[in-house]
Amino acid sequence: MFNFLFDAHQLSDFLGSGIGLSVPLIFAAVGGVICERAGVFNIALEGQMLLGALAAAVGANLSGSAEVGLISAVLTGALSGVLLSILGVSLRGNQIVIGLAITLFASGFTSFMSRVLFPEGANSLRLDGFRPFGLPLLENIPFFGKILFQQDALFYLMLILVAVTMFVIYRTQLGLSIRAIGENPGAADTAGVPVMLLRYSCVIAGSAIAAIGGAYIVLAQVFLFSDNITAGKGFIALGAIVLGRWNPLFATLACLLFGVFDALQLRMQATQPDIPAQLFAAMPYVISILAFVGLIGLVHPPAAGGKHYDREVR
Amino acid sequence: MTLDHFVRWMYALKGLWAVVAALIVGAFLVVLAGANPLEAYAALLRGGLFDYYGFANALVRLCPILLVSLAVIIPLRAGFFNIGGEGQVYVGALFGTVAALYLPQAIPAVIRLVLICLSGAVGGALWALIPAVLKVYRGTNEIITSLLLSYVGANVVGGIIHVYLMEPGAPYPYTREIPFDATLPIFLPRTEAHIGILIAVALALIFGTVMKRSTFGLSVETVGHNPVAAAYAGVSIRQTAISAFVIGGALAGLAGIFEVVGVKYRLFDHFSPGYGFQGAIVAFLAGLNPRTAIFAAMFLAVLQAGAGSMQRAVGVDTMMVGALQGLVVLFVAVGLAFRYRPRVITASAPQTPAVGIVPANSKVPE
Repeated sequence: MFNFLFDAHQLSDFLGSGIGLSVPLIFAAVGGVICERAGVFNIALEGQMLLGALAAAVGANLSGSAEVGLISAVLTGALSGVLLSILGVSLRGNQIVIGLAITLFASGFTSFMSRVLFPEGANSLRLDGFRPFGLPLLENIPFFGKILFQQDALFYLMLILVAVTMFVIYRTQLGLSIRAIGENPGAADTAGVPVMLLRYSCVIAGSAIAAIGGAYIVLAQVFLFSDNITAGKGFIALGAIVLGRWNPLFATLACLLFGVFDALQLRMQATQPDIPAQLFAAMPYVISILAFVGLIGLVHPPAAGGKHYDREVR
Repeated sequence: MTLDHFVRWMYALKGLWAVVAALIVGAFLVVLAGANPLEAYAALLRGGLFDYYGFANALVRLCPILLVSLAVIIPLRAGFFNIGGEGQVYVGALFGTVAALYLPQAIPAVIRLVLICLSGAVGGALWALIPAVLKVYRGTNEIITSLLLSYVGANVVGGIIHVYLMEPGAPYPYTREIPFDATLPIFLPRTEAHIGILIAVALALIFGTVMKRSTFGLSVETVGHNPVAAAYAGVSIRQTAISAFVIGGALAGLAGIFEVVGVKYRLFDHFSPGYGFQGAIVAFLAGLNPRTAIFAAMFLAVLQAGAGSMQRAVGVDTMMVGALQGLVVLFVAVGLAFRYRPRVITASAPQTPAVGIVPANSKVPE
């Protein structure tokens, strides 16, 4: 059952598919970390991924170019971020309710729009997506070259994104301000940090990044759109954020863990026909829950997470 | 009537405004799909409300949506999000179906039916107990666990059907048909309208009273609005949270088993068209009021029952109804964000309570 772990070729195939499956989660989780670090809960990750997936399919289909698909996904995600910030930051609505509402809206809206925009059926699309290409020299590294450096453009974008997010959050003035408004917006405001502006920027950027996660599924994995194509990945990403303790790199590692288990269950479905596929399909969710419950010791979420900031009632 | 009164009064009708706004935006979607919105809405109403079979069909859809919405409302009044109604529906349906298939025929039919429904409720309650216990004793975020458990529940139930309960030779996983005397009686002749619908509506009315007038209801409200005060008054927050979750899960489980013994007479793999989420939509639309939830659930049910007529009449895909539901919940959220705050100048102004929805605090103090 687990022989493939001892065969270099099969193992690299397996890890490659695990990493591929974790990429959408990583985009969503990093987007979520950026929002939550600034003190705004973003439960809408799932919905934003879904909106991003549809926008990517529409953009790529109309223009015939994957890049346009990616840009329309980013813009759609950003738009949902604007909505979340206006309702949840400025108007001080309950961010959990608004996030859920965006997710519920996205689920119905994308299913309908895909029928309107693709009358022949969105799941018979054959989009021109991002295809894997090797990075010169790096791809020749034995074993790891194939896994890490023979991927598509969005994968490399993800690597850059994680590195940049880590750098900005922990090594720059901007990152310090972001962490400050997530912990104590009153104090940050006193020190001259523009709380509202930064919260808006973080939510909009984070939402756009989450939407890329949805776009990745469409433009680099399946090249079509189907109803609820994200299948709860946004919720798994939420778990990864907590498991990664609101640190982009650790959240990425948590997503990798979930992705590898997803690859494992897909492999089991194929190789163990006697055991019903559904039990394997449940595995990534069970693993997420177990990791979420078991591996967490003391968690310190951003202290002002989900709390509204009003200058006049400090 | 002063302006202040007027604004308050208008605000009290926010659910209605959300529906109106959703219908207006939905009209643009219908135009986008190349049809006349008025004709589409007329066909929707004709098919879902003003037609004997359509109305009965709407009632059939009302039943699970209403019960799952109660499963969201009751814990949320205590400040806990049970968004995992979907999983509880599946596990409840599984428990009930096993009882329906394996309880000895010697037991009188009525008692057997009651036992079947109770097993369904127990199944749902057990599935809801997991996020509740994790939340209360480990502080694990119940939104994430209950959501993820939905996917686990749906798949595990599917797997169990596949391995143990599947009808031999069936093209995809579903169970044997349950014995006829273990099904719910029909109350509208020549339709599928089973008495589970009446039970669901009765339960909504009962919980409307329970939440207002009983010790349990008051404990839930207090924990939801001010856990510290509740603890000070001697209310056990843990107990209240767990009971609210368990009652909610039991109602969702009931929704699941009613679908089996009332409508389909078999347990199908992945039979739920998203009752968990639809229940959440109704809960928000109803402002967490169990009685209002009857009307909110009926609204969704009429939309769904009329969707087919709309598609036949004007050629707009039935999924339009899904988009409408999404728009409704989005506008409910907008309405909540725009809640009416009278201008108070003093800096120490008390925080306006969250007008009927989502009690302020969902943290469990130790």
